[in-house]
Amino acid sequence: MKLSKLLIQHKAEVVKKWFDYAVQSYKADVAQFLKTQGDQFANPVGGALSQNLEPLFNELCGQMNTEALTASVDPIVRIRAVQSFAPSQAVAFIFSLKRVIRTILKKELRNENLLQQLYEFDLKIDVLGLIAFDAFMVCREKIYDLKANEMRNRTLHAFERAKLVKNTSLYSIHAQAAQPITNREGVLSKKK
Amino acid sequence: MAEDLPKAEEFLANIDYKVPDTAWMDTPAEIRKGMYCYASNPKSVEYLGLPNARKWNPLDDDWQLPENWQEIIHNGFKERLERFRSVKVFMDICVRCGACADKCHFYIGTGDPKNMPVLRAELLRSVYRNDFTKIGKLLGRAAGARKMTLDVLKEWWYYLFQCTECRRCSVFCPYGIDTAEITIMGRELLNLIGLNIDWIATPVANCFRTGNHLGIQPHAFKDMLDFFVEDIEEVTGVELEPSFNRKGADILFITPSGDVFADPGTYTCMGYMMLFHYLKEKYGFDITWSTYASEGGNFGFFTSHETMKRLNAKMYAEAKRLGVKWILGGECGHMWRVIHQYMDTMNGPADFLEEPVSPITGTKFENAKSTKMVHIAEFTADLIKHNKLELDPRRNDHLKVTYHDSCNTARGMGMFDEPRYVINNVVNHFYEMPANTIREQTFCCGSGSGLNAGENMELRMAGGLPRANAVRSVHEKHGVNMLACVCAVDRAALPPLMEYWVPEVDVTGLHELVANALIVPGENERTTDLRGEDLPETEDDADE
Ligand code: SF4
Ligand code: SF4
Repeated sequence: MKLSKLLIQHKAEVVKKWFDYAVQSYKADVAQFLKTQGDQFANPVGGALSQNLEPLFNELCGQMNTEALTASVDPIVRIRAVQSFAPSQAVAFIFSLKRVIRTILKKELRNENLLQQLYEFDLKIDVLGLIAFDAFMVCREKIYDLKANEMRNRTLHAFERAKLVKNTSLYSIHAQAAQPITNREGVLSKKK
Repeated sequence: MAEDLPKAEEFLANIDYKVPDTAWMDTPAEIRKGMYCYASNPKSVEYLGLPNARKWNPLDDDWQLPENWQEIIHNGFKERLERFRSVKVFMDICVRCGACADKCHFYIGTGDPKNMPVLRAELLRSVYRNDFTKIGKLLGRAAGARKMTLDVLKEWWYYLFQCTECRRCSVFCPYGIDTAEITIMGRELLNLIGLNIDWIATPVANCFRTGNHLGIQPHAFKDMLDFFVEDIEEVTGVELEPSFNRKGADILFITPSGDVFADPGTYTCMGYMMLFHYLKEKYGFDITWSTYASEGGNFGFFTSHETMKRLNAKMYAEAKRLGVKWILGGECGHMWRVIHQYMDTMNGPADFLEEPVSPITGTKFENAKSTKMVHIAEFTADLIKHNKLELDPRRNDHLKVTYHDSCNTARGMGMFDEPRYVINNVVNHFYEMPANTIREQTFCCGSGSGLNAGENMELRMAGGLPRANAVRSVHEKHGVNMLACVCAVDRAALPPLMEYWVPEVDVTGLHELVANALIVPGENERTTDLRGEDLPETEDDADE
């Protein structure tokens, strides 16, 4: 008996349970909403999970292609990176797949031969966990990058040079997207 | 973050990573970094004459409140229940049907149940029941009532600044309960004891003193527009001569200062200038800018009714001083909500102005009869409808455009079709986002109502997720690469939102698109758009 064959046979059940575990990191009424609202525009968080868990599972059962794994894990982790989760909680849903499989294949896994294969499958889940953690860090860095750029824009160097800001601590509301001001340095400094 | 990391034993005790299910009243708010905005600079609070100016930090246990803060809140609540009938009704009539619960972008994006509109309102309603209803006094928690404590106050502050006052929830409420109004009132109460945020208080102070959010002085405002004149000449070969502070002009133009001082609003600003020049050359259009009333935005709206009124009055005072007939307003969101919903009863009617009539088409703007202020999207749509603009939409052929309805122009004033009409006349490739994410059901940018600070980036990205998710769908389906909007906060907030969720999509104002298509008398053949990017080859060029 091959584990991969068994897993494919139970795919629907596994993915569904995996989804349930993943939404347990939210309060019960939120989890309920994430599970039941099927319109992905009304429920982008649930949508990202339901669209990506199955491809992730397929990849785990198949080629373990890094790009494909990243492409499917990123939309989930990108959301969790802005949702007040600790880093561990943000990626914990990956590891819950181990419990899902053990629960669903409880009977079959008494077979020792399968246990050896399960050990190998667990390693793949660990690899996915590492990939998810990298994706998480990329998102967090992006957030800090956005924060830092806004800070830079807030101080409005170009404005200062052009003596346009009276007091740099009184920063702008609307100026946050102000890449322009730095892009336009040439234009701004022309006027002297 | 490190201080609240889970411990090993917690992991082991809870290997399913399940969050505990405590009732909302037993789950005190945990103030998390990235989700809140910094407390206001005491100087700004002082300048505005608002109470309890001091340095304080939301993460500290002690918020340095006045000793009798509970009394102040109670009395303030009482006064407002008498003053605003809507608030009293909203406190009483909610049947907790839950129709609004999953409609808030912050709930959808953060997954925090306290961002359900019904729960946000319950934060205040629970105290209302305790303080002002017999049943609440009698039954207490069994009747959904609770006393105002420091924990409750902190919860108010945390969640009232996680609402952008966008009114999406009200669209779905069978009773029309408008949680935005509850938030507005709640923030007003918080201001009574000095619980403001700096991203609102400092711009308000600047605006009150100098005329705009940045505190930019009149000469510098003019300098910026002069830079734009040079830029426009570079792109078109035409030299513009905008008019400033001119008494006796027909019309006064006021736009959010974000258009003058921050990209991509600056290109929209150039768009206005080119349109006015075109109209002057062709039809003798007579408009002036003010370097004093240099802010259309009104963050007073996010502070208190009184503060909103003070800022709004400045625009009308300037219109009076200059003796213009009416006011044309730039692309903004909350500026229009203030004008449309509040101006008339606050500072109006503006009897000293005339009912706005387009001098070019003769169209009477009936909707602006009392406020005397017309949104430029309506004005331009009317020009196009009457065939008054010569346009070459092919110059926007490198763009695949979708349109984000700003909550304020859409739900706040019912403007859905005018911007779309303009876009359809100036670009060839326009695609709508899914129906449940636009028009009256539009999803907020996630940064409105003064929440577009830097320190709360996580909140902004989570709140903007439903909007970004819809943009991604048209990007993937149709190759959309430009998100158009008619709001200055959108132009500031959407670029980072896109950068995080859909980096292939850029952001533009409506009049940047108009100006790129507008054939200005005497212009050179254009080789770039206003951003200095090369124009696509037109079919004619390709034929040669
Ligand atoms: S939809 Fe209206 S009545 Fe129903 S819970 Fe929400 S606010 Fe209350
Ligand atoms: S007004 Fe908007 S942000 Fe506030 S609760 Fe309603 S949907 Fe949410």
